[in-house]
Amino acid sequence: MTAAHTGRPLPRKEDARLLTGRTRWTDNIEPPGTLHVAFLRSPMAHARVGRVDASRAREMPGVAAVFTGADVADEQGSLPCAWPVTEDMVTPPHPPMAVDEVRYAGEAVACVVARDAESAADALEGIDVDYEPLPAVLDLEEALAEGADPVHAGAGTNRAYVWPFSNGDVDAAFSGADVVLTRRYRQQRLIPAAMEPRSVVCRPEEGGYTLWSATQIPHVLRLMLATVTGIPEHDIRVVAPDVGGGFGSKLQVTAEEVLLLLLARRLGRPVKWTETRSEGFQTTHHGRAQVQDVSIAADADGRLRALKVDLLADMGAYLMLVTPGVPLLGAFMYPGIYKMDAYAFTCTGVFTTTMPTDAYRGAGRPEATYAIERIMGELAAELGMDPVELRRRNWIGSGEFPYTTVAGLTYDTGDYEAATDRALELFGYHELRAEQERRRKGGDTVQLGIGVSTYTEMCGIAPSRMLGELNYGAGGWEHASVRMLPSGKVEVVTGSSAHGQGHETAWSQIAADRLGVPVEDVRVLHGDTRVSPRGLDTYGSRSLVVGGSALVRACERVVDKARAVAAHMLEAAEDDLEFDGGRFRVRGTGRPSATIQEVALAVFAAHDLPEGAEPSLDSEAAYDPSDFSYPHGTHLCAVEVDTETGAVRISGYTAVDDVGTVINPLIVEGQVHGGLAQGIGQALYEEAVHDADGTLVTATMADYLLPSASDLPGFTTDRTVTPSTTNPLGSKGVGEAGTIASTPAVVGAVVDALRPFGVRDVPMPCTPERVWRALQEARQARNGGEGR
Amino acid sequence: MIPAPFDHVRPDSLGAAVAALAADEDAKALAGGQSLVPLLRFRLAAPSTVVDLSGVDGLRGVADDGDALRIGALTTHHEVARDPLVAEHCALLAMAARTVADPAVRHRGTLGGSLAHADPAADLPAAALALGAEMEVEGPDGARTVPAPEFFADYLTTALEPGEVLAAVRVPKLTGWGFHYEKFTRTAQAWAVVGVAAAVRREDGAVAEARVGLANMAPVPVRAGEAERACGGAAGAEDLRAAGALAQGAGSPPSDLNGGADYRRHLAGVLAGRALARAAGMEAVQA
Amino acid sequence: MPDIRVTVDGVRYDDQVEARRLLVHHLRRLGKVGTPVGCDTSNCGACTVLMDGVSVKSCTVLAVQADGSRISTVEGMAADGAWHPLQTAFHRRHALQCGYCTPGMLMAASDLLQDNPDPTEAEVREGLEGNLCRCTGYANIVAAVLDAAAEMRADGPAAAQAPAGRTPVGGGAA
Repeated sequence: MTAAHTGRPLPRKEDARLLTGRTRWTDNIEPPGTLHVAFLRSPMAHARVGRVDASRAREMPGVAAVFTGADVADEQGSLPCAWPVTEDMVTPPHPPMAVDEVRYAGEAVACVVARDAESAADALEGIDVDYEPLPAVLDLEEALAEGADPVHAGAGTNRAYVWPFSNGDVDAAFSGADVVLTRRYRQQRLIPAAMEPRSVVCRPEEGGYTLWSATQIPHVLRLMLATVTGIPEHDIRVVAPDVGGGFGSKLQVTAEEVLLLLLARRLGRPVKWTETRSEGFQTTHHGRAQVQDVSIAADADGRLRALKVDLLADMGAYLMLVTPGVPLLGAFMYPGIYKMDAYAFTCTGVFTTTMPTDAYRGAGRPEATYAIERIMGELAAELGMDPVELRRRNWIGSGEFPYTTVAGLTYDTGDYEAATDRALELFGYHELRAEQERRRKGGDTVQLGIGVSTYTEMCGIAPSRMLGELNYGAGGWEHASVRMLPSGKVEVVTGSSAHGQGHETAWSQIAADRLGVPVEDVRVLHGDTRVSPRGLDTYGSRSLVVGGSALVRACERVVDKARAVAAHMLEAAEDDLEFDGGRFRVRGTGRPSATIQEVALAVFAAHDLPEGAEPSLDSEAAYDPSDFSYPHGTHLCAVEVDTETGAVRISGYTAVDDVGTVINPLIVEGQVHGGLAQGIGQALYEEAVHDADGTLVTATMADYLLPSASDLPGFTTDRTVTPSTTNPLGSKGVGEAGTIASTPAVVGAVVDALRPFGVRDVPMPCTPERVWRALQEARQARNGGEGR
Repeated sequence: MIPAPFDHVRPDSLGAAVAALAADEDAKALAGGQSLVPLLRFRLAAPSTVVDLSGVDGLRGVADDGDALRIGALTTHHEVARDPLVAEHCALLAMAARTVADPAVRHRGTLGGSLAHADPAADLPAAALALGAEMEVEGPDGARTVPAPEFFADYLTTALEPGEVLAAVRVPKLTGWGFHYEKFTRTAQAWAVVGVAAAVRREDGAVAEARVGLANMAPVPVRAGEAERACGGAAGAEDLRAAGALAQGAGSPPSDLNGGADYRRHLAGVLAGRALARAAGMEAVQA
Repeated sequence: MPDIRVTVDGVRYDDQVEARRLLVHHLRRLGKVGTPVGCDTSNCGACTVLMDGVSVKSCTVLAVQADGSRISTVEGMAADGAWHPLQTAFHRRHALQCGYCTPGMLMAASDLLQDNPDPTEAEVREGLEGNLCRCTGYANIVAAVLDAAAEMRADGPAAAQAPAGRTPVGGGAA
């Protein structure tokens, strides 16, 4: 192979249509005769549904049909959960439309199908529903208490599951340690808020249905739609056209997708639904929502002995596609990059009367990284040690890889020293510490804080064998095929399903290098189960590591087939051929050569093929990695905190990431930037808040605050490279790194700024009010202490 | 989000607009629409008729009217922010206008629309109050003038009677005064947690007179009278910060997602001190 | 239903619309689906277009309010087969990922540069405050707008309106 394109910052092929308004969003698709669907949603978090009277709505102009939950009860099935994490996990039925009880505000109770979106919206006002209120269940600890109001009366408990893990003698390590710290951290509930709202169009057609959806998972969705509805899988075609971001929120099998398929079947007409933003904030799954009790034990010199984590994870009202598994993706990451003797983890999944949680960028790993990195900062403060030095004393040395951690994962490669040294230098760590000291001594109103995050994460989800051990309902392989067209142009078909990541560009670069063809000669096809019949889609920073590796294997098979034909053409033995830059040559001779594109034409003509060769170079491969990959890096954040108002401003942010081999540095940097923005969003701005009745009060972008350009700093980024050994590309994955690393760096910096005042924590998001209150409480505690 | 159906009329005179509004108690006046259209989309407002004022001549622009400026109700935030007369005589209004939402909203949103919507978190009502603005109102019974403190009656409620239209805002010239609008938000485009509109007249290097209008410290914009009175004779930033701290006692602030009442009181005190010091030119304005 | 006349990207459309129809929904029914809807509170800016030359959020303008006006959308930004310098800079700088905010971001940026041809980084950030992006963290968007501003200044004031000096469509688009 030649590496002409690997590592090249090629501007993206996708951009042309996105920059000119020629994008194909699902909401731009409207087959002739389409009827529009609107959902009537419960205003109450928990209620018994009595009479649903749609008679007025059915008579309204433009209305084709109205269906209540009861109308579809026999055929709607139950939305799937693909991850029974324990054998005794409680999995309540999850009807796409509520039949007799609603369990979160926003749950659909009826739907209108009408000639246009206006008529559908108007007719919602013609449906009368009797609700008999039931108690809202919101607090995780109260939900688990004896005699708590049940979310699912039939289940007899609000506990969905308890999942324990331990390794080593934790009690001994804690009792023998010089220092033990215990902290409680709250991972607030977040709304993923991809810019493109969800949208579904379903068209009945000869022999089946085409369903367009703004989804990350067309392949998984097709299988699940077939399973839920009983419609044969081969009668369903799922298309994910251009998809405007997902961040996990479109890794789901949604009520609306199932219902639109059923409506298309009932009515024999194309149907369409696009969520409004406030509807989406209520009913597109949420993320995080955990309470973490973390204890760490260490020696006086800072050496870590053990870690204990007790997790309460808010499932919401139902278990959706991977709801229960999300916190467990973090279970193995709490020890981070550190060596220790013992580790114990327990996660309890809890039902509440809220929108279900599920994957959101990082899915379990940001929570774990937050906890360990924050408590490392606390431990450093407790020991009076520089937080970077504390990490140096505990991290896995670059000479110790591969290293099996206390959580049982084997990290293949890494160089924490190199990434940290580079980050410290770019950030100006020592100069900023001096500036911090100056401001502290001067009693400045605006104090400076520095946060450190030396993270790793588990990417490339995943080895099917390991997913099986975790009871996940599917594997983690990915598929690719390569078609050599007669003219020498190349079509790559991938089972990955990009929604902003730039696969069309990066996959072109990989194929161009592996086949030795110009990058312009490659077209990448994806996101349509008829075009790309096999795949497991895009999530968990898996696409390049798994899908890209599948493409490498498929390209190798093309080259192998071409080699046989080239040998025949060049009248040489296969073993005597070398392949470089797209050209087969006979080693060590000046004899003529053939390009792979010439071979493709010869294969198409098939006039003179070697004995037994089939007239096709097309190849496919499914790749299943041997292990996860483990990107890592060091992020440093400087914040200025106005101690009078509580306002926080990020004054500097440096990220040095090691994501292994980079195919396209433009795309990698973009992923880091965007990840940082979401991690900073969690640290400072974002929180889904319910009132005491369980109503989501942050249901619009005016109340759920997403950072704008003015709220975020410029970022200083760099990379170190230690290639992964678990896949042929040497890549590690980058989609979630920025989000995982940044939250503890930012909050750690806020706390660091306020530590001289006695502040040890500020709950997320660190709003000005919370910063101010933390300061007030610390000052009062201090004054109270002095008075005693 | 699709509004409920309504009729749309676009009268070409103020009289016709008043007549249209008076004829239908469920009618609603439309200026730039930046507050009304979102309310329509959520069906929080469902008027039978929308009376679009954009066809009425003379509702737009800034005119010199002797000891005051007369600003047409349909003058946009963008226009107020850049108007040379406003800059010369009551720059506080421009400073507040520049902080409203974002550029696209400022292109459509109007001074009159913002004042008549009377959102307690809005910026322009607090500035108008501090400047001593008067509202020129046209109604079925003729024209009347309403001073700002009477105009803002309650949460999202003004002194406008059914059928009345806010036609213009008279802003007294405070030529030579120093101004500052201090807006404290959680994100750049969010509503003010607290906003402080400060106007300061100096004599011989000291503060002779000060006005402080507060946004989001009560259901209506309020003046921080105690803080204003304490400014007299202030000769430096420290004096003004101490005076500003008295703004804590003003109003009856709400508790909501963005802050509890006690936090708002504290913020008002800090921000009023800063706004006064900056208005007086006694403290540099941070970029 | 009111009659309205709107010129969109140089084409005049005379239509009857319901008074409640939002401008963005009107544009999309005209087939101008390059302008998407991202929210219902005028916060996200995905639907930003130019109305008589200045940026507006087309989800917060009634179609009847646009009667008689000239609307420019992302679909009309490239002229005579050549991309606008902002489009070129967004491409070169990787200033978009999923692309959903991009139409609005481009229109807001073009409004910003016509108002302030030589903005600082802080002015660019402030000028784009009303346009949310969930993918890029804005860093590359800001860099692209500054790049485009420099290019447009170098090409002279005419470059903002005329196609001269533009990169051909597909140039560098691989």
